[in-house]
Amino acid sequence: MIEFKNIKKSFGDKVVLDGVTHTMETGKTNLIIGTSGSGKTVLQKCLVGLFEPDEGEILYDGKSFTDMTQEERTILRREIGMLFQGSALFDSMTVEENIKFPLNMFTKDTGTQKRKRINEVLERVNLKDANKKFPSEISGGMKKRVGIARAIVLNPKYLFCDEPNSGLDPVTSMIIDKLIKDLTVEYNITTIINTHDMNSVMEIGDNILYMVEGKKEWTGNSKDIIFSDNKPLNEFIFASQFLQDAKNMRMMEAKGEVPEEVK
Amino acid sequence: MNFITHLGRYSLMLKGMIAKPENAKVYWKEFMQQCNDIGIGSIGIVSIVSIFMGAVSAVQTAYQLTSPIISKSTIAQIVRDTVILEFSPTLVCIVLAGVVGSKIASELGNMRVSEQIDALEIMGINTKTYLILPKITAALIMIPLLVVISMVLGILGGRLAGNSSGILSYDTFDRGLMENFNTFNVWFALIKAYTFAFIISSIPAYYGYHVTGGALEIGRSSTKAVVVSCIMILLSDYALAALLL
Repeated sequence: MIEFKNIKKSFGDKVVLDGVTHTMETGKTNLIIGTSGSGKTVLQKCLVGLFEPDEGEILYDGKSFTDMTQEERTILRREIGMLFQGSALFDSMTVEENIKFPLNMFTKDTGTQKRKRINEVLERVNLKDANKKFPSEISGGMKKRVGIARAIVLNPKYLFCDEPNSGLDPVTSMIIDKLIKDLTVEYNITTIINTHDMNSVMEIGDNILYMVEGKKEWTGNSKDIIFSDNKPLNEFIFASQFLQDAKNMRMMEAKGEVPEEVK
Repeated sequence: MNFITHLGRYSLMLKGMIAKPENAKVYWKEFMQQCNDIGIGSIGIVSIVSIFMGAVSAVQTAYQLTSPIISKSTIAQIVRDTVILEFSPTLVCIVLAGVVGSKIASELGNMRVSEQIDALEIMGINTKTYLILPKITAALIMIPLLVVISMVLGILGGRLAGNSSGILSYDTFDRGLMENFNTFNVWFALIKAYTFAFIISSIPAYYGYHVTGGALEIGRSSTKAVVVSCIMILLSDYALAALLL
């Protein structure tokens, strides 16, 4: 579980986070949503320590991250996996070497054990026959899967994903979403996902934090969001006509107004 | 950003890279990779520059020494001392600032922009120690070696050019090489080589590591790294000469 209280962060005069408080739950997919510039990436970077918040407290399972020394943070970070927006794979390494890197750095496993673990995670993310390929030789969706495989190879307790669907087609996006959701439940990890993809919100949003201009605007889950009367949230959702239709359909469904043939 | 801010961030970067490696084996592999990239990767250009530098130095010295009272072997002495004192350490290091410096800056810049450095940080790796320290230590070992190779090749280039242009025979050149040889010159050249190696590796590492923005900024920081490295090499060249000679 990750709790954060009254997180504030500014860059010069620009206030990016203005007192955000929320709890990210274990074994659930916790989503941070909002328009571009709403502060979700900065919030995520504050949570993992890539940015220092100006004010506020971050607690990882009750332990204050903000008060930790650099050494304590380094130890904690070994329990964190992160999938970056652009996957952030090491260009000079093959897919296998990318996944092997954390194992080489932090474990004393033998070569056979490492190979076994690599094959396990590659199989888990449904990626075969790509071991010897370089990141430049694989597709965007495959890169995301390699990024996920690298993030989970050390069995992290916390998984951060920054815009996991960006640049992917809808089908691949759904596969990545399902994979993240399954991994979260399977390994009982605290997953924090930054997204503005409403399909992801509807499909995997167990605990949603909606942000507007650096502030917490709304919280709930994918069921609550359908019936929310929060105006900025509705504007955000209704930005997509398709999603508006989907919302209408679900509301009709809830009221029992959907004809049998549509169902 | 002013000079003091750059100096402060540069000093903090150097301080931050001194830490215990998370896994010595992985760091050793990275160090060897850098030795290969910096040393073996630059040997071609260093050889070409050195041979021609020595050859041109011999021909031009002979052109200027027209007095019949000056022995031909003096040409060899002048070639030897200019190559050891100035051409090999300074000129070769300026070339290396372009070759190695731009590579370091663009490699780190690309890693920063594509969030690879952030990915390493998240894994709990001290990125300054893992990415910068092996580059600086590899440069401190390989660049003085390249300078020594350059000295040998420069003198050989001068010897070859002197003989093939009919200026002086191999025997005369060899005799001149051994006349009035001051071993301190070699030590002085090595002191310069170590100083320049540190400049060539640490300044581009600083510019690459702190890149913000995109592809355009990587190019800019790479150019800036090379320019600043060259200026610092020339400044320290003068300072060392004034202090030690």
